[in-house]
Amino acid sequence: MAHNTTTPQAPRRRLSWNDPFTRGILYQVLILGVLGFCVWYLVSNTLHNLAVRNISTGFDFLGREAGFAIGETPIAYTPSDTYGRAILVGLFNTLKVSVVGIVAATVFGTVLGIARLSKNWLVSRLAGLYVEVMRNVPLLLQLFFWYALITEALPGPRQALHPVDGVFLSNRGLKLPALQGDGLSWILLGLALAIVLVVVMAHWARRRQELTGNIFPVARVGLVVLLLVPAAALLISGAPLALDMPELRGFNFVGGLTLSPEFAALLAGLIIYTSAFVAEVVRSGIQSVGKGQWEAAQALGLSRSRMMRLVILPQALRVIVPPMTSQYLNLTKNSSLAVAIGYPDIVSVVNTTLNQTGQAIEGILIIMAAYLTVSLSISIFMNWYNNRIALVER
Amino acid sequence: MTAAQTSTLSAPPSLHRGVLGWLRENLFSSPLNAILTVLVLWLLLLTVPALVDWLFIKANFGAQNAQECRASAGACWAFIREKHRLILFGIYPYDEQWRPLLASVLLTLLIVCSCVRWFWKPWLPLLWLVGLTAVGVLMWGGVLGLSYVENSLWGGLPLTLILATFGVAFAFPLGLLLALGRTSHLPAVKAVCVVYIELIRGVPLISLLFMSSVMLPLFMPEGFNIDKLLRAQIAIILFAAAYIAETVRGGLQAIPKGQYEGAESLGLSYWQTMRKIVLPQALKIVIPPLVGIFISLFKDTSLVVIIGIFDLTQAAKVALADAAWRGFSTEAYLFIALIYFVFCYSISRYSRSLERRLQTGYER
Repeated sequence: MAHNTTTPQAPRRRLSWNDPFTRGILYQVLILGVLGFCVWYLVSNTLHNLAVRNISTGFDFLGREAGFAIGETPIAYTPSDTYGRAILVGLFNTLKVSVVGIVAATVFGTVLGIARLSKNWLVSRLAGLYVEVMRNVPLLLQLFFWYALITEALPGPRQALHPVDGVFLSNRGLKLPALQGDGLSWILLGLALAIVLVVVMAHWARRRQELTGNIFPVARVGLVVLLLVPAAALLISGAPLALDMPELRGFNFVGGLTLSPEFAALLAGLIIYTSAFVAEVVRSGIQSVGKGQWEAAQALGLSRSRMMRLVILPQALRVIVPPMTSQYLNLTKNSSLAVAIGYPDIVSVVNTTLNQTGQAIEGILIIMAAYLTVSLSISIFMNWYNNRIALVER
Repeated sequence: MTAAQTSTLSAPPSLHRGVLGWLRENLFSSPLNAILTVLVLWLLLLTVPALVDWLFIKANFGAQNAQECRASAGACWAFIREKHRLILFGIYPYDEQWRPLLASVLLTLLIVCSCVRWFWKPWLPLLWLVGLTAVGVLMWGGVLGLSYVENSLWGGLPLTLILATFGVAFAFPLGLLLALGRTSHLPAVKAVCVVYIELIRGVPLISLLFMSSVMLPLFMPEGFNIDKLLRAQIAIILFAAAYIAETVRGGLQAIPKGQYEGAESLGLSYWQTMRKIVLPQALKIVIPPLVGIFISLFKDTSLVVIIGIFDLTQAAKVALADAAWRGFSTEAYLFIALIYFVFCYSISRYSRSLERRLQTGYER
């Protein structure tokens, strides 16, 4: 349109209302002017209001002592630490619940999506029922429900449910045995080595198949390597490894790994809610692959797993990845509902900060900046992955 | 060959032979399926009887107080019977609660009418205008002999419906403009729209609600106070508009270039092109995702709890806080979940049928 017409031999312009180019410029100047005026008006109001209420601006408050305790701290934190550190704790809590939630919702949702397509009438109907119910009830309500269920319906620590040794389920949350000792780092080291080995092996296997046509069972051998190498690392190093069992002492549990009621409720809600959407995404993806593709793969004599991996999934993923990205983003953003049940995520920490210092604008800016960064990172990564798997066209 | 002969010669043996045939085909078609069926049946046997027992058989429907209710092992539906007016209408004056009831019915009717094809006429917006005015009159009162009820007393279902319908009604035109702006050729307009849409879509609704509750008062000139409910409504509108804009943009992108060129060659102006040629086609394509956005908007209104507005969920929490009836949160949340489910599920069913009906035009 307007700016496209400025070719080297553009007709001589007259300043006329009938010239789309002039008109376009006029519109834009007008819109920017109105917008600029609005922004100026709001900012001047805000500055005036802040001055009247004696609120200072700027991010100096981040260095001041926070003075409030946080229930769950993935990094060391005490109330005498700064607001900045408190907000960092909140950010880590958000990331923790988002990452675990995304992984679990993807796995669970994929199973559900496949179950919905199952030939088994009972299984597909049940999966359908689950999806419909979970999609149509607000997440916040589900969070309240799970939280109430955990804190009210479950017994106190003394009468905690005790299904397996070392696992306690009570209104203080879920208690699990934790691995402890130097052996842990050796296992991790072994795992890292195993992953490198598997990657190298997969590369070699592909080369060999391209050259000779022989297929190497990468998945099976890889699994063995992933299990054996960490175990070998542990045995060779001889480092101690112990299970830290939770124990009831007095009124609460000591030791072990704790999932607090807040974290458990938030995680359960996020996974259960998002997996319903993931299931739909997966289902639509698999259904988008034409029936002929299945038949062709069968005619080639591919085994069922290779058929899925080599023919169906690569095509289904093209349909699945973009909506899956939005589901991941939604889950991350929905984790902000933590504030409603008292899990100290970034929104809830900033909210406390903002109530104590009155620095609303900075607080909101921090929340927005944090979420924008996370959202953009997820979508950049998923877009990169999407481009990698996209159909190569002319 | 006659028809009778054909049927006797080549009629294939039926696979659908009564109940047994159905079972074999749908539940036991392979060993894996059989195992799955048995597993699922076992799970159902474990859970369903216990659930039915709790929900209905051992449930208490008529207890007069909480002690009586706790004595029965099942759900305490007497709690809902006792508190349903508080949950549904909040703290709206008790004797006037027929007004929010009527308003809710009116809003529901408006939504239902908008779903029926017969109402898709140019006067539908007018109907909405009349309907929303009537809802306003009913809720506020102050005219026609109705006593005035300020909106801090509104609550429950009508508030949820109001936030959702007004949200849609205002977010839709705004979203439309944003979508047009984003596809515009004017760089400044496009940039403004892109920044707005990406900013809003990148942050959670909660942060916008917080922003509207703490920052809007700062933005306004001194002494000018916006009502809490209106602030939440503004946040919801701004939020929904960004999502609607992206959906509509998808529809705009689906319109072939030839349509634009055809309009241009007819000498239509930009707005004429959009109004008469592009938007009608684009909107038709995106009706299903738009309905999806409306459903999520309806669910998202529950977030206003967080800034202390008295919607359905908050009303339930207040009902639960009554010391005399403590400890029935499962029942209360199930009750609200049912209300949300009925609304959302019917809209999503409707959307699917609409999709099927509209698709006929495109199928080859």
